[in-house]
Amino acid sequence: MSTSKLQRRQFLGAGAALAVTTLAGCAGMASGPSTGRVVIVGGGYGGATTARYLKLWGNVDVTLVERNADFVSCPISNLVLGGYKQMSDITRGYGGLKAVGVKVVQGEVTAIDAAARKVRLSGGGELAYDRLVLSPGIDFMADQVGGLQPALDSGRVSHAWKAGPQTVALRRQIESMPDGGVFAMFIPKAPYRCPPGPYERACVVASYLKTAKPKSKVLVLDGNSEIQSKKALFEKAFKDRYEGMLEYRPNAELKELSGNLAKLEFEDVRADVINVIPPQRAGDLARSAGLLNINNRWVGVNWLTMESTVAPGIHVIGDATFPAPLMPKSGHMANQHAKVAAAAIIQLLKGEAVNPTPVVMNTCYSFVTGREAMHVASVHQYDDKDKTFKTVPGSGGVSTAANQIEARYALGWAENIWADSLAL
Amino acid sequence: MRHAVRCAAAFIVLTAATALAQAQDANLARNLAATCANCHGTNGHARGDMKPLAGVAADKIVAMLNDFKSGNQPATIMHQIAKGYTDEQLRLAAGYFAAQPAKK
Repeated sequence: MSTSKLQRRQFLGAGAALAVTTLAGCAGMASGPSTGRVVIVGGGYGGATTARYLKLWGNVDVTLVERNADFVSCPISNLVLGGYKQMSDITRGYGGLKAVGVKVVQGEVTAIDAAARKVRLSGGGELAYDRLVLSPGIDFMADQVGGLQPALDSGRVSHAWKAGPQTVALRRQIESMPDGGVFAMFIPKAPYRCPPGPYERACVVASYLKTAKPKSKVLVLDGNSEIQSKKALFEKAFKDRYEGMLEYRPNAELKELSGNLAKLEFEDVRADVINVIPPQRAGDLARSAGLLNINNRWVGVNWLTMESTVAPGIHVIGDATFPAPLMPKSGHMANQHAKVAAAAIIQLLKGEAVNPTPVVMNTCYSFVTGREAMHVASVHQYDDKDKTFKTVPGSGGVSTAANQIEARYALGWAENIWADSLAL
Repeated sequence: MRHAVRCAAAFIVLTAATALAQAQDANLARNLAATCANCHGTNGHARGDMKPLAGVAADKIVAMLNDFKSGNQPATIMHQIAKGYTDEQLRLAAGYFAAQPAKK
């Protein structure tokens, strides 16, 4: 754990710490004495939902630490790249969580002291907890691609794999691309956040270019040997809707970037807009806390409580976890992890046994144009023998075809999950 | 003899059922219903085009889910999701939604 790190960097003066601690000690909305203090780090789908459901189901003091002022959704953000939605459509505030009694602190956690059960904030304060929840999402392993970090730093290349300023930057690049230009997107080897996301992005960008700059090309260069989700449906969309404009190449792993040149193993690709989805691992906070116990990339968890298998008492949810079989890294799944964690935390704080039979499910819609979408769904039941979630044989599946009805459901899904996660 | 075996079997089934009941989490219905909230709203208070489930009679919800499972009711996605839950789980979730006030 990062106790040593914490000891190396001395805590700041007690004044600042006291201010935060007092804040954390305020009474929650629910009546009766609080059963404990929970600090949640990361206000994405996972962390926001944990905060919301701890308040909904329990009588717990909840502090959510998030570095950004607002929640910006990755799902639906590809529609912003296509010009079909605006940033304001995928941005929501934390006011709903505040209204249900969650203390929202804008800032970053710089260190975790698991022994003393405290986190330290970038501003110098500290927060004491009885249980800690980390929902750090993903960070990038940019060093796996030569020249990638400088290209990202200079703004010449965007990833847009965390929604926000990167989404805006990539949209600008696509908008200013000349008609007849080339948009090249690089997909890392799995596992990565949102398996169907890159293919949706290819379709939506092609959909925009087909109307706005019809002589342009979309090159989809996939580090994997095949499309990773909704394969037949995406192949059909590529062929039926974007033949001649969109080209898909499997086994095309990006090795190096140099200006507008992208170097693969056997060829070089020149493009006007280069969008690199970098290789990924669990977020920095999980790494600095020493929790990456699977392939030095992901956090192994106890699926009944979502606690890290190396640090009981620290719950880790969402994309940072090493997934159960066939479990996707998605906002929907992070929301479901959060509910398992919230239920378990409330019971653990009271010294009660946790639910031995949790269920989680996933629904993921992908747009193939600005107006048509399709889905993949799965249901995962906890298997006591193997101590993991398993999909139920005969359940789940994909759409028969992309259509406008599913696009309506996709936007309805977004509206409902945002409300569910953020208490809107 | 046959009677004794049957009695023993019944006893085992009964014991297993009791053990299961003891193991079942007190909040299981709530937790199962929460897996539906991403589309159907927190506690079934859905927004927009999605179907609200709060305050809908449990029997009606169970009947709809069974129709999705059997294919009697065509669907885009619900037939795939309903098949992932046991009948008992669907009954529990339906009971939880039925007990919620229809209006938030």
